[in-house]
Amino acid sequence: MSDRVTVAKTYKLYIGGAFPRSESGRVYPVADSRGGFLANAAQASRKDAREAVAAARKAFPGWSGATAYNRGQVLYRVAELLEGRRAQFVHEVTASEGVKRAEAIVDAAIDRWVWYAGWTDKLAAVLGSSNPVAGPYFSFSTPEPTGVVAVLAPQHSSLLGLVSVLAPVIAAGNTCVVVSSQDRPLPAITLSEVLATSDVPGGVVNVLTGRTAELAPWLAAHADVNALDLTGAPDSTRTELEKAAAGTVKRVLRAPRTEPDWTREPDMARMRAVLETKTVWHPMGV
Amino acid sequence: MTELSEVTRDDASLRRFLHGLPGVDQVGVEQRAAGLATRSIKKASKLWAIDTAISMVDLTTLEGADTPGKVRTLAAKARRPDAEYPEVPHVGAVCVYPDLVETAVTALVGSGVGVASVATAFPSGRSNRQVKIADTEMAVAAGASEIDMVIDRGAFLSGRYGQVYEEIVAVKAACGDAHLKVILETGELSTYDNVRRASWLALLAGGDFIKTSTGKVSPAATLPVTHVMLQAVRDWRDRTGQLRGVKPAGGIRNTKDAIRYLVAVHEVAGPEWLTPSLFRFGASSLLNDLLMQRRTQLEGHYSGPDYVTVD
Repeated sequence: MSDRVTVAKTYKLYIGGAFPRSESGRVYPVADSRGGFLANAAQASRKDAREAVAAARKAFPGWSGATAYNRGQVLYRVAELLEGRRAQFVHEVTASEGVKRAEAIVDAAIDRWVWYAGWTDKLAAVLGSSNPVAGPYFSFSTPEPTGVVAVLAPQHSSLLGLVSVLAPVIAAGNTCVVVSSQDRPLPAITLSEVLATSDVPGGVVNVLTGRTAELAPWLAAHADVNALDLTGAPDSTRTELEKAAAGTVKRVLRAPRTEPDWTREPDMARMRAVLETKTVWHPMGV
Repeated sequence: MTELSEVTRDDASLRRFLHGLPGVDQVGVEQRAAGLATRSIKKASKLWAIDTAISMVDLTTLEGADTPGKVRTLAAKARRPDAEYPEVPHVGAVCVYPDLVETAVTALVGSGVGVASVATAFPSGRSNRQVKIADTEMAVAAGASEIDMVIDRGAFLSGRYGQVYEEIVAVKAACGDAHLKVILETGELSTYDNVRRASWLALLAGGDFIKTSTGKVSPAATLPVTHVMLQAVRDWRDRTGQLRGVKPAGGIRNTKDAIRYLVAVHEVAGPEWLTPSLFRFGASSLLNDLLMQRRTQLEGHYSGPDYVTVD
């Protein structure tokens, strides 16, 4: 008599450091790579997206104002916690993506956090400059975070891809609303559980699960979102999303037609895309 | 039923009347308020509610750090809340401290926006009657069209109703033509029964409005408290035929809250109270949220704080 029935989970969203149900009350079943039932995930509505943006905006002054060193420590701590949950992530990536070498993927995702954690206090040195100017001024430029970034996470690579688009955004000091992979949301949900127990302040990362095509237009047109990453946007909607984003002059990270190889070494491009350059002219010799 | 003129004859009859008011069913009123708060207002009705709420806002600045410049900025916003949408109605009034009334009056000439001034040793009300009346007279002389007075909660809570009554009457006399709003400071009255008694006391003494709070004490305005006060003005209308107003103040920060109050006004008092002359919101940050929601309704996408004025 040990035929225990496993508990079928119904997951929730991650907004402002809390785990609320979708305002709409909707959930949708998540299938594994073979079509079997895995769990129920919350199907976020536009109002959840609005709440998430409000939470991200609220968290922005604190996170962008934290010292770069502190942000690095916090991100490194995320990597530590991810390491602690390695087995669970391996299981979920295997189930969601149907891959054989999930261990390598999870390890790469952990390493990616560490890689970006190391960058936080080096960005200003690498992307900033002191500028030669024709006058008695000391002119210097420093990178500053753009603000609230809406990230449409990759549809296929549910963990490594997600980390590869999320980590650069928060490493640069932005706060974000992430729409997870529509059919493979479990690693994103577990990652939000990791973030909730890490030192990342509530609201810095907000994770929505649901239909990307339903949520993306609201985020793209939202006047309080400063940048939009189209990586996981359905191909047919990208032009419309770019047009909507143009209404409030958002930065838009375009996406290649096919998903990039996430195992490749990252570079600074994703961080640079969500940083603004501030240039200061300071009088000299007075 | 006792004649209302008999009620205020002396301290004892006042006490008998106020303590004879039916008690408030605490669970019932809270449940009713929570139930009404779930009502969903959408599309055209929502747009109407937003515009109505904007016209009911008493745009308030009551800080020690207020300057004439800040009041002028506020006045400009009161005249035209959203620069890009000139059809947005102006707010009900601007609410300031007495010494800044003159600045506000000058800045609002010809706009139709009233100037409200707090008076009577706001917010604590801890001073003697001469000072309170002088405070009121000064604000009225400077041109205030509305006076927000605080009641003496100490006297009220120790049962000296006659004293509170006389004070309101005296301030009302000092107001002249200006409207008098009586602040009950419900956060300090501790029970709904007290709120009901204080409401009736203020109405008996001639207050044109009863107002929940100063905004300096927490909890400030809540829905159940406003319910009790709306019941009081409704019952007052039933007994005397006069319409008196209600003003919740403090803690109303977003459109959703404001619409809940409007629903309560409609359901508890009645539709004739849905006008700025009988219902006001004492708020400062509420206006920006109303404007953002209004834009969301018209533009089809969510707006943000970068698109409204910072004040």
